[in-house]
Amino acid sequence: MNMIQGLESDSLAENSEGNQYLTFLLAGEEYGVDILRVQEIKGWDNVTMIPNTPDYIKGVINLRGTIVPIVDLRARFSLETIPYGITTVVIVLRVNSDNGSRIMGIVVDAVSEVYNISEDALKQAPDFGQAISTDFVMGLGTVDDKMIIVLDIDHLLNSSVLKAISDQVDKNI
Amino acid sequence: MSIDISQFLDTFYEESFEGLDTMETELLGLNPGEADAESINTIFRAAHSIKGGSGTFGLMNVADFTHVLETLLDEMRDGRRDVTQPAVDLMLASVDVLREMLTALRNSEEVDSVRVSEVHDQLEALLKGEAASAEDDIVEGAVGDEEENAAGNSTAGWNIGFKPLSHLFKTGNDPVRIIKELSELGSIKASIDLSVMPEFDLLDPEECCLAWQIELGGDATEEQVRDVFAWVDEDCELVIEAIVSGAAEEPEEVSIEPEVIPTPEVVAEEPIVNTEPASASASASASASASASAPVSVAAETAEAKPSAAPAKKPTSSATKKGSAAESGSIRVGIDKVDALINMVGELVITQSMLNQLGEDFTMDRVQKLQEGLSELERHTRELQENVMQIRMLPISFSFNRFPRLVHDLSSKLNKKIELKMSGENTELDKTVMEKIGDPLVHLVRNSLDHGIESPEERVAKGKPEIGILHLNAYHQGGNIVIEINDDGAGLNSDRILQKAIEKGIVGENDSLSDEKIHELIFAPGFSTAEVVSDVSGRGVGMDVVKRNIRDLGGVVEVKSKKDVGSTFTIRLPLTLAILDGQLVRLGDETYIVPLVSIIESLQIKAENVNSIAGGAELYKLREEYLPIIRLHEVFEITPVNSELVNGLLVVVEGDGQQAGIFVDDLLGQQQVVIKSLETNYKKVEGLSGATILGDGTVALILDVAGLVTLSRERVKALKSQAAVA
Repeated sequence: MNMIQGLESDSLAENSEGNQYLTFLLAGEEYGVDILRVQEIKGWDNVTMIPNTPDYIKGVINLRGTIVPIVDLRARFSLETIPYGITTVVIVLRVNSDNGSRIMGIVVDAVSEVYNISEDALKQAPDFGQAISTDFVMGLGTVDDKMIIVLDIDHLLNSSVLKAISDQVDKNI
Repeated sequence: MSIDISQFLDTFYEESFEGLDTMETELLGLNPGEADAESINTIFRAAHSIKGGSGTFGLMNVADFTHVLETLLDEMRDGRRDVTQPAVDLMLASVDVLREMLTALRNSEEVDSVRVSEVHDQLEALLKGEAASAEDDIVEGAVGDEEENAAGNSTAGWNIGFKPLSHLFKTGNDPVRIIKELSELGSIKASIDLSVMPEFDLLDPEECCLAWQIELGGDATEEQVRDVFAWVDEDCELVIEAIVSGAAEEPEEVSIEPEVIPTPEVVAEEPIVNTEPASASASASASASASASAPVSVAAETAEAKPSAAPAKKPTSSATKKGSAAESGSIRVGIDKVDALINMVGELVITQSMLNQLGEDFTMDRVQKLQEGLSELERHTRELQENVMQIRMLPISFSFNRFPRLVHDLSSKLNKKIELKMSGENTELDKTVMEKIGDPLVHLVRNSLDHGIESPEERVAKGKPEIGILHLNAYHQGGNIVIEINDDGAGLNSDRILQKAIEKGIVGENDSLSDEKIHELIFAPGFSTAEVVSDVSGRGVGMDVVKRNIRDLGGVVEVKSKKDVGSTFTIRLPLTLAILDGQLVRLGDETYIVPLVSIIESLQIKAENVNSIAGGAELYKLREEYLPIIRLHEVFEITPVNSELVNGLLVVVEGDGQQAGIFVDDLLGQQQVVIKSLETNYKKVEGLSGATILGDGTVALILDVAGLVTLSRERVKALKSQAAVA
């Protein structure tokens, strides 16, 4: 349970223009999440498996006394899974949903940078039937000629939980 | 500048309900004829607080109702009225009505006004009925308040000199509210006296330097007027004089129209302001807020504050509605418990800094010190844990307190003579458990009263004392709380229970059962032996629900009964829902926890006892019973380390009334585990009741035995239908 980096989200928010995004790598692409949602980043550690859940729910971990579910983002986006290596990290996020907020972790290949991207620099993602439904993409940003896919984590992770329920129902039938 | 008082509404309700409980307890303790002055005082105080509070929050119907009750109590307190049984009963009924009213108001429901006015009228009737005799008493008392009140109807009004002491604001009172309330009694003419107002730079905003001279028109009685000032009685100089009838025409010029609000200039010149009530109060609050209260600005704000006064009322009422919907749970915690916690945290901090220091330049020769520090840390942590748990603990008297009333009401309804004894009321248990045990307890007590204790005639015939005794007892035993409900009534009628059970097909006709087994039958669903279904009991939904509720709390209920001697119901509950005794089991690489309460036994599997029925369901023959085997790794879809039954163990569990054997790889230790919810950050998972954290920091899942049984049943069904399709 080695903590790579603790982020004081409050202090970062003040001295910036536009929104700050933490970016991470997943199958060669760079994705971003709103940094104010990031609780912490930790190394991959063993999880406790939850029975009868889709394979992208890796299980739950103990985060200082709270039980936190972990979603493998590669599996969630139906990307090819790779063995977890030394750069593999879990980003713990606060997800808002209709009934309050929950804490969830996502497994990604590596963390990358923190960028400022102003709201209007975000472009709408075209729908090309890609694996990641455009529903989950808040927009596309550009930093140093690189494309950053900014994710709507509320929608993505809440739907993961909901989908897990419907998957379970399907399995039972 | 008015404070949004709706935020205190929840507190008001909570306190009012507490007040009602107090009133009820004291009323039940009142002996007609020889009333204890102290208890009447207590009841009076409770009623008075409710009245005051409801008045402040604008719940006029509650305030009016309580007022009548309070008048009655006041007379009793002064010894002007005897405490009679009908009066006590009526007051108990009023407590009920008040409780209903407050509950309805909190839930934003309609108040049952028919019932309210019914009891209200009865109270009035009682007051009037003895008013004659009351008046006789005070004939000698010459100019008693009462008489002046009677004549008070003809008074033209009152001259009120109201001079709050400087610390008035600190008591939480606001003269504005008082004057507003006063204005509801009749037209008022208020003049403000700023003579003691210091220079602006010397002004202390928290001190009241104002005084009022108020002329109240209309036919309010002195009592009504004094009531308005009831809260500030001790914090002001108050002079109330009747305006002699000669000045009766005065009210005409009193009512100043809103248009005549004084202009700033007027105020600046004149320290004494004549103004219409609302603005008078507005100016008072403006100066009370006092950030900018030179006399000039007072009136300036007056003009502004006035229009806002009316709309300000509406949001308040809507906020009230919103607040009532979400009833927030809260606990009152004794200050000593909090102090103990603070002490403990203090020690924890000291230990922590000690360890910190030790860690800064650590050498191997200080290992001893480190170990000491760590063991101290452990001790503090454990103490802290215990103390935090203590905070959730409440004495069971919270739950027991409702029984005197219940017994009182029911015994008169059933024409039985019953004495209620309670012991161990100070036994503490978890708040959540307490809330959930309330209904089952009520049910058991009702049953004992209805079925258990016989009528006085029957008792005398049996040679027992006429008065039946119901005994509620609570005590701690191990990690459990035990609650006993004991009556010295008829006991359970084994023959009738057996007969009924056979009738309902719960047991076979030729089964021979021991008395204990028969007594257990009353917990079977749909069982009631009451010949007549009364509104007290006998619908037969009772005991099985009681048993299920108790089982949901992780407890058990037992009954012991002897014919004509009595019966005892014993409830055993865990002290808290947050911690559970668990059996750790290994399944592949995973560790799961089975609640110890649901385990019957664990055994090594013998191959010859395993049978299977067509369709895949496996059964294990245990003594004379066949148990379905739940292969946990199949239900949970885990790759098994071994699938040979003989290499594993069978944990026999009972869930939802059905026994089953869970096939696991190995049994690990037993330990107490802290239950953590999976739903907080994820969702409910079938077959699991939660998770916990083991000593090494990893998460282990807690099995929900009842859910597991259902899950595996569905699985087998699904397999069958798949096979049918194939």
